[in-house]
Amino acid sequence: MSVGDYIRNSQIWKSVFRHPAPTDRRNRVVVMLTNFFLHLHPVSIKQQGIALSYTWCMGGITFFLFLVEAITGVLLMFYYRPTLEWAFYDIQALRDVQTLGIMREIHRWGAHAMVITVWLHMYRVFLTGSYKPPREFNWVIGVLLLVLTLLLSFTGYLLPWDQLAIWAITVGSNMAKATPFLGVEGPGFQVFNTSGYELITNASDAKFLLLGGRFVGEATLNRFYILHCVAIPLVVSLLIAIHFWRVRKDGGISQPL
Amino acid sequence: MLNAHPDLTASVLIGLGWYYLLLFFMNLAWTVRSYREDGEFSNGVPRAAVWATYASILMMVSAYHFTYPPEGFLISMPSAFKDPFDRYFSNPVLYFVLSILGFWGMISLREWWTKPKVSWVLLNVSLIFMGLSLTDYDFRQIVGKPDNVPIVAMLFIVAFCTWIYFRRAVDNDRRIEEGRPLFEQENNEKVLVWPDLVYTELICMVVLTAVLIFWGIALKAPLEEPGSSVKTPNPSKAPWYFLGLQEMLVYFDPWLAGVVLPSIILGGLMAVPYIDFNKRGNGYYCFKDRAFAVSTFLFGFLPLWVALIVLGTFLRGPNWNFFGIYEYWDVHKVEAANNVNLSEFFWDGLGSGVPKGTTVDRILLRELPGILLIIGYFAVLPPIMGITVLRTYFARMGVLRFLVFSNLILWMAILPIKMLLRWAFSLKYIVGIPEWFFNI
Repeated sequence: MSVGDYIRNSQIWKSVFRHPAPTDRRNRVVVMLTNFFLHLHPVSIKQQGIALSYTWCMGGITFFLFLVEAITGVLLMFYYRPTLEWAFYDIQALRDVQTLGIMREIHRWGAHAMVITVWLHMYRVFLTGSYKPPREFNWVIGVLLLVLTLLLSFTGYLLPWDQLAIWAITVGSNMAKATPFLGVEGPGFQVFNTSGYELITNASDAKFLLLGGRFVGEATLNRFYILHCVAIPLVVSLLIAIHFWRVRKDGGISQPL
Repeated sequence: MLNAHPDLTASVLIGLGWYYLLLFFMNLAWTVRSYREDGEFSNGVPRAAVWATYASILMMVSAYHFTYPPEGFLISMPSAFKDPFDRYFSNPVLYFVLSILGFWGMISLREWWTKPKVSWVLLNVSLIFMGLSLTDYDFRQIVGKPDNVPIVAMLFIVAFCTWIYFRRAVDNDRRIEEGRPLFEQENNEKVLVWPDLVYTELICMVVLTAVLIFWGIALKAPLEEPGSSVKTPNPSKAPWYFLGLQEMLVYFDPWLAGVVLPSIILGGLMAVPYIDFNKRGNGYYCFKDRAFAVSTFLFGFLPLWVALIVLGTFLRGPNWNFFGIYEYWDVHKVEAANNVNLSEFFWDGLGSGVPKGTTVDRILLRELPGILLIIGYFAVLPPIMGITVLRTYFARMGVLRFLVFSNLILWMAILPIKMLLRWAFSLKYIVGIPEWFFNI
């Protein structure tokens, strides 16, 4: 008996993989049903539905990039302190001190790539009419995931705390104070400021809510850090789960009727 | 304005040498394909000879880049092209008009440009143009910024995806016309997910990981000076994916460009499945069966989203002025902006002068023409469209669905309309009530 066979016949191996290797038809079916990571998929699928020229693989790539971002993000969190005192210098040290350190590069390029692949995924889904019934609601979840992807990237943009970061966020968040009714430079906010009560001020409007202050500062860094590392990823994970589940429930990858 | 930086350096030439070497290998592969498929000219010479010649020229060009010093180097984008290009062709008007024309050409000439040979020539033309442009210092400054590299890549990937779409759509349109089964319906047996899909996914992950690692080693993530709230950079730009929105700030106030329009884009996207009543084109590529839906979406994505991001990233410099692709980003460049409100056009045209005063009735009177115009646009136009040009849509959609649909279309059109009004009449605001921050 070879070492390989010995391992595959051991009780430990068999407790993990409850059937022989997927080399014949029966076990290739069974593996899809018994493996947690694979059970996302159906057992069998239409050939054209998985053709790269049809799907462009963009949804899958986006999910993979999300995982890459999660892993590199966790590693970066070990090195990074979200305070005005340290944020910039931690990133600088990461660049200058870590030999062969490319975690931040992978994280940033992966983030850019993820924004693009989300767009291309939507592009493909639209062009194949895959949002049509019965998949309408999954398209809506997809649009929410698009928004959250952009927000993830936007909140992450601030964390290096260099000139590029704080001014990009300043430009972006300046829009918030023009929010109709809820921003101090938006139309209609006076409605809330009648008879002596000033409900909407630069210390209570939409921009203040976004930044946690009147301008991009320490509170903003903390707020964006938590949004970027905890809050948005949690919501995204939930929505991804629903998105995938509904792909299956709504009839799998779209195909001509 | 001149700059002290040389257009060509030794390392640039080495880089371009690799670039042309890659182009050579691409065209070598194409020559083989052409030799197998394209046949011969009438005199017996294989048509592939043309490609073979082109590929060998590329190889020589590559070798020239690797071996010659920058001084006296001959292959570069000539100033005779760059200067007139920057002076006469580089302005937002022409950029937008060309992107609209390109969009129109893309749709109406789809049967022609998706032919492999034509698209291969187009790809080569764009890559050669890119290679020659890279010999310009200012062009490299913009395109070569690590954060901008993905946008350049995105351009080519979006073009490629659009090509796949139109190629498959043209094919399927023909199949539908001739009553043959769709491309997606041929060879469409069920296969097991293990191995057919699982292996594809695995390979995809490995390739992507390799790409990311290579990318991460090749380009360092940018890190500028420590953030300082007193030193405002010029230009101050939002993250690149929001630059289309930032570009809209030229034409609209922040409450529209930064809040209302993005919300409507997202709301409109979510509404798409509920207003598109067309049952055809579900699960396969096609154009003719859903020409309106696809054209609208492509118009929104290509000229109004991607092209504006490119404009905002590559062509907008200090003070958000427009710069040609070979132009130095001069902080002191001055662009005259003398824009006039609709109210001034109207009341001055009448000869009565703009109504003065800050009371509500005076403001409303002053802006009455613009307000009526906006109300007419969003409230009166949809019913009119519903009984005229879009009658069939109205009949099939019902009132609510049609109102949502027509308003979304009108919102989408508001950006090109405002651009045209700005360029043609220097119009600033249709409704301008700065007292209430209500400017349209």
